[in-house]
Amino acid sequence: MIRASYSRLLALLALLVAALFTASLLIGPAGVRPGPALAALLGQGDEMLALVMREIRLPRAILGVLVGAALGMSGAVLQGFLRNPLAEPGLIGTSASAALGAVLAIHTGLSLAFPLALPLAALAGALVSVLLVLILAGARGGALALILAGIAISALAGAATSLVLNLSPNPFAANEIIFWTLGSLADRSMLHVWIVLPFLLAGFALLVPITGQLDALTLGEDAAASMGVDLRRLRLLLVAGTAALVGGATAVAGTIGFVGLVVPHVLRHAVGARPSRLLPASALGGAAMVLAADVAVRLILPERDLKLGVLTALVGAPFFLRLILKTRGNAL
Amino acid sequence: MVRSGLLALALALPCAVLARADVPQRVVSMNLCTDQLAMLLAGPGQLVSVSRHAGDPSTSAMADQARAFPANGGTAEEIYLLRPDLVLAGDYTNPVTLAMLQRLGIRVETFPADETVAGIRDNLRRMGELLGREPAAGDAIRDFDRDLARLDDAPPGPRPLAALYAANGYSSGSLTLPGQIIALAGFENLADRRGIAAGGYLPLETLLLSGSDLLVKGRRYPGRSRAEEPLDHPALRELARRLPSTPMNDPEWVCGTPFVLNAVARLRDQRLSMPEAK
Repeated sequence: MIRASYSRLLALLALLVAALFTASLLIGPAGVRPGPALAALLGQGDEMLALVMREIRLPRAILGVLVGAALGMSGAVLQGFLRNPLAEPGLIGTSASAALGAVLAIHTGLSLAFPLALPLAALAGALVSVLLVLILAGARGGALALILAGIAISALAGAATSLVLNLSPNPFAANEIIFWTLGSLADRSMLHVWIVLPFLLAGFALLVPITGQLDALTLGEDAAASMGVDLRRLRLLLVAGTAALVGGATAVAGTIGFVGLVVPHVLRHAVGARPSRLLPASALGGAAMVLAADVAVRLILPERDLKLGVLTALVGAPFFLRLILKTRGNAL
Repeated sequence: MVRSGLLALALALPCAVLARADVPQRVVSMNLCTDQLAMLLAGPGQLVSVSRHAGDPSTSAMADQARAFPANGGTAEEIYLLRPDLVLAGDYTNPVTLAMLQRLGIRVETFPADETVAGIRDNLRRMGELLGREPAAGDAIRDFDRDLARLDDAPPGPRPLAALYAANGYSSGSLTLPGQIIALAGFENLADRRGIAAGGYLPLETLLLSGSDLLVKGRRYPGRSRAEEPLDHPALRELARRLPSTPMNDPEWVCGTPFVLNAVARLRDQRLSMPEAK
């Protein structure tokens, strides 16, 4: 019964992602009709239109799926691993640290000489922050310790990012702070898809096999260890996988907050609160949320380059407040 | 309040009444655009210091001349120690710094960031009055009008379409100085068609499908930035292979000075070299 409804949920989410992916391909400021747009995507018709479909809209839609899936999944992983409903890459400083890594790679010129340096540096930033959170808050730390550690790391990484951008001789560097803190998928190219794809695939590959062990972990670390879970190895894989996902996503799209918070919460009930089921569902849900937000920014203010993170925060922040109230209610 | 009062005072004073004794002897400019206007018009020894940007050839059309003057970084302390009797600043100069200088008894005059031909004439005239160099200003305005008349020869009828595309996908329309340059050179501006005459974000796909005849591409600055990444987008490079494109050479595009005519002349040459658009 549950199994059937779970596969139905996954199918529904996949359908939603497919629909939003198509919408992302077909909706744009240039207002091209769907027929010619799809034909151009297959290489027929107007040459310029083909260029638009293949080099601008297709990478944007693909990145929407990849970035959203990475954020949704890493949120679900962090919540399962830390057994804390408030864990999310944006809130615990992982995204801000990944952004710092990416900014360093760009402004030292490293990413120009070697494109993979961008996601690699972002991954390194994400890795450092996850380890720092674990040290500061502890794997068993309460919600308060986790959030405080996250605030500290976010503030530190954000300040360092601003410092790097302010020191740059480039006059445009300082207003880039907006991109790194709010995120956008506008005018990305296939190159961005290619440089992050290996990182996101590696992240998914590291995390998917260990979802069963996350289920065991819901019973507590001692119980999981007695069931034969190698906790140190599990922790290592989780940290590496999350860092790869958040690092890759942030390197090309900036910091898009709250996706990893909202999506697992909305889906948790529907999957029976089992991490092994929540992870795939959250990946699909995250993809749907980012694609929907990215279509929305094009519909709401097409001439203003509205940042994605604005929309996800408008949805996510009230959600976060509600969760805090709920958590506080439980604690009292 | 204080500033607008001073401005009203300056405008109310007919230039003839200004006694020669009132002519400032130690003028300090703190803004890239007033730097250039002052260097164009000031008498020998009258200008004491210009802003640091004036000596940067990537933003200043008079970098060579600026090297003859000590550069200032625009802080109140630094300016005050130069003992100026007139400080020239822009609309966007930090108002706190200017207020402090005024409290210290220094006369401060601000210039708007002018975005029209009439504004350039006004700037020249007003700078001439402030410096007591009205004849030099009159000559400069006459030269400017003569050059402008020679360049302004776009035939009536539909004009070729120019698209301005800079870092962050930013484009500027006819309410901006770059937009004025494009219009004076005889082009229609894509930004105006898209409803961003005052400047705004131009999506790359809109640019690609616009059917533009000329691409005016924002220039790169030293150092790196993600903001400039769209300028390297493969689709834009493909467009630049098909269209004539010209770089936006900032020294001539950022300040309302007669140097904008150099940019107009270059764009006009591009227009004249287009076979279908004559």
